[in-house]
Amino acid sequence: MNQMPDVEQLANQEYKAGFVTDIEADDVPAGLDESTIRLISAKKNEPAFLLQWRLKAFRQWLTMKEPHWPNVKYPPIDYQDIIYYSAPKAQTGPKSLADVDPRLLETYERLGIPLRERELLAGVAVDAVFDSVSVATTFKEQLEKVGVIFCSFSEAVQQHPALVEQYLGSVVPYSDNFFASLNSAVFTDGSFCYVPKGVRCPMELSTYFRINAAKTGQFERTLIIADEGAYVSYLEGCTAPIRDENQLHAAVVELVALEGAQIKYSTVQNWYPGDKEGRGGIYNFVTKRGKCAGRRSKISWTQVETGSAITWKYPSCILMGDDSVGEFHSVALTANYQQADTGTKMIHIGKNTKSTIVSKGISAGHGQNTYRGLVKIGKAAAGARNYSQCDSLLLGDKCGAHTFPYIEVANSTAQMEHEASTSKIGEDQVFYFQQRGISAEDAVSMIVNGFCKEVFNELPMEFAVEAQKLLSISLEGSVG
Amino acid sequence: MQKGKQAADMLEIKNLHAQVGDNEILKGVDLTVRAGEVHAIMGPNGSGKSTLAHVLAGRPGYNVTAGTVLYQGQDLLAMAPEVRAREGVFLAFQYPVEIPGVSNLYFLRAAVNAIHKHRNEPEVDAFDFLALAKERAKLVELDDELMRRPVNEGFSGGEKKRNEIFQMAVLAPRLAILDETDSGLDIDALRIVASGVNRLRSPERAIVVVTHYQRLLDYIVPDFVHVLVDGQVALSGSKELALELESRGYTWLEREPARQAVS
Repeated sequence: MNQMPDVEQLANQEYKAGFVTDIEADDVPAGLDESTIRLISAKKNEPAFLLQWRLKAFRQWLTMKEPHWPNVKYPPIDYQDIIYYSAPKAQTGPKSLADVDPRLLETYERLGIPLRERELLAGVAVDAVFDSVSVATTFKEQLEKVGVIFCSFSEAVQQHPALVEQYLGSVVPYSDNFFASLNSAVFTDGSFCYVPKGVRCPMELSTYFRINAAKTGQFERTLIIADEGAYVSYLEGCTAPIRDENQLHAAVVELVALEGAQIKYSTVQNWYPGDKEGRGGIYNFVTKRGKCAGRRSKISWTQVETGSAITWKYPSCILMGDDSVGEFHSVALTANYQQADTGTKMIHIGKNTKSTIVSKGISAGHGQNTYRGLVKIGKAAAGARNYSQCDSLLLGDKCGAHTFPYIEVANSTAQMEHEASTSKIGEDQVFYFQQRGISAEDAVSMIVNGFCKEVFNELPMEFAVEAQKLLSISLEGSVG
Repeated sequence: MQKGKQAADMLEIKNLHAQVGDNEILKGVDLTVRAGEVHAIMGPNGSGKSTLAHVLAGRPGYNVTAGTVLYQGQDLLAMAPEVRAREGVFLAFQYPVEIPGVSNLYFLRAAVNAIHKHRNEPEVDAFDFLALAKERAKLVELDDELMRRPVNEGFSGGEKKRNEIFQMAVLAPRLAILDETDSGLDIDALRIVASGVNRLRSPERAIVVVTHYQRLLDYIVPDFVHVLVDGQVALSGSKELALELESRGYTWLEREPARQAVS
């Protein structure tokens, strides 16, 4: 008489950010060799040190092989078929909002990004990266008053070359890994932030990344430096239009926290995940790493990953300073044919360093969700502590959850805790909700949100709401 | 029937056949329940008592193959399970599931709001809801801490059953079906649960108590007792029938042919 709530048939999600903005772009031809890099560097009027750094990275990259140890499958990527630079035309650099192409602003409006100053109340300063260049940075003046530098990477290269030269590659060297080296060679823009000594950044900083043009790779680079005693909370959001082909996103994020500094980095990643049959979608191969360089510094990563065809990223913390703290809170959702191999690395080097890992993986449809994490306690890291918790939630019986925790301990005074659980949303649970008047869809959404609560609590308020909405959308049609 | 649509016939089951998988469990159940009445459904294991309860609630996998069920004059079987609930059908589960991560209060407020929305009433305010929940919790002596914990998670058997009746008290259904609410309860817990149910008896509400044992009916005294045998109502009577069953067991009924033949 009534339909089985088909918990197995998952995620006919509609991707709400999947429109294309019709804007003329200044592309360089597809393909990659040293001349491409020189061209990008010249277009951006870069100082010599940067070009040299790019070329070193490129030469290194040529000797490297694409890694295949992640638990993901995809056809080979043709690196010569990618456009490495695509900028909306007539957009040579960040300008005031009035100068920005209204169609771009409209795009951001459709994405619900508080780009315009009238969103002042939201208290979020936004740097928006459209394909490869940074479009506009809001709130710059207010930030300048307290000495916070928040601008596009290109602008930082022009205005603050010394800071860039000092810190670029100091956490993720150009030789770090295949995708990081590629990024180092060809990155076109991104965000830069420097919070001076003792300054608490007065607002949340935010970057929105959007891939618009076809066949474009997005290789942005973010560098955040919190000087001694500084505090900054940084939000990152990502979307892309619906396209049949896969698009590569190989970003690098570097965080540096000096003594007593704190960086909170939150991501809500909603790249196009591909359609129900697994066609299209973004390959999100990203290197994110933070260095707690000074004593008592703290870096927290919080991520909600609902998008991308394939996600491959491990936001990590190098805990160098004594008493420094690293945190990783993650929700990763894989529906349809999405694959995620994500987790973190906590490298304990200093004494009494502490790290916390809370990973929540949700698999639905044919989604494959892998947690991969490394906790490494160095010889000198006396009194180091780690707490790890990895929970997996399965919806249906065609998806998978995998956990690969690596633990390496070289100091016997370290304390390690690891908890893991796997659960499944049962039809009997869904029926229990229905019997109390709650629809099956709301039931799944409530269970999933309950499962993720610990992580959502770490997100700034507006982002937590957005994350909940995203999860609900991503799970739409998950029950018949 | 016309006149008594609201007051008289809460539930009218006619020739109800249902199967689970390939097994036919209900083989022509007839039953009429009026507002204000308490009916007990008894019967041996496997006679279809719980199946009947789940069919009425619309549990997936329980497929009706023939017959009709009118609820307040409407075709109950045509309604989705959540719509039945919003229309006032409540099932107290024999085995309430655990819902990790979703607090009891949050869950129940979502349920109340789903019902309100269905009736085009405004959502209930969080403070008003809390006051209501606290007051209703007293009915079954459920303490604050349990209300705030995730639904049924880590609850003892008795706490789960009390939680079911607590939910019933908050949702205020028109038709409550209690599926073996007595199973697994010690005598003290049984008393608490039964007294909670008794206080929820009202002229507007019908209660169907599904039970294997007469014991519960010492506390929740029914107006009618029906005995289900092999998927049919074999015998109906007053509360004395329960006592007779207690002394004679069910086997004598199983040997006799069903009371009424089904066309």
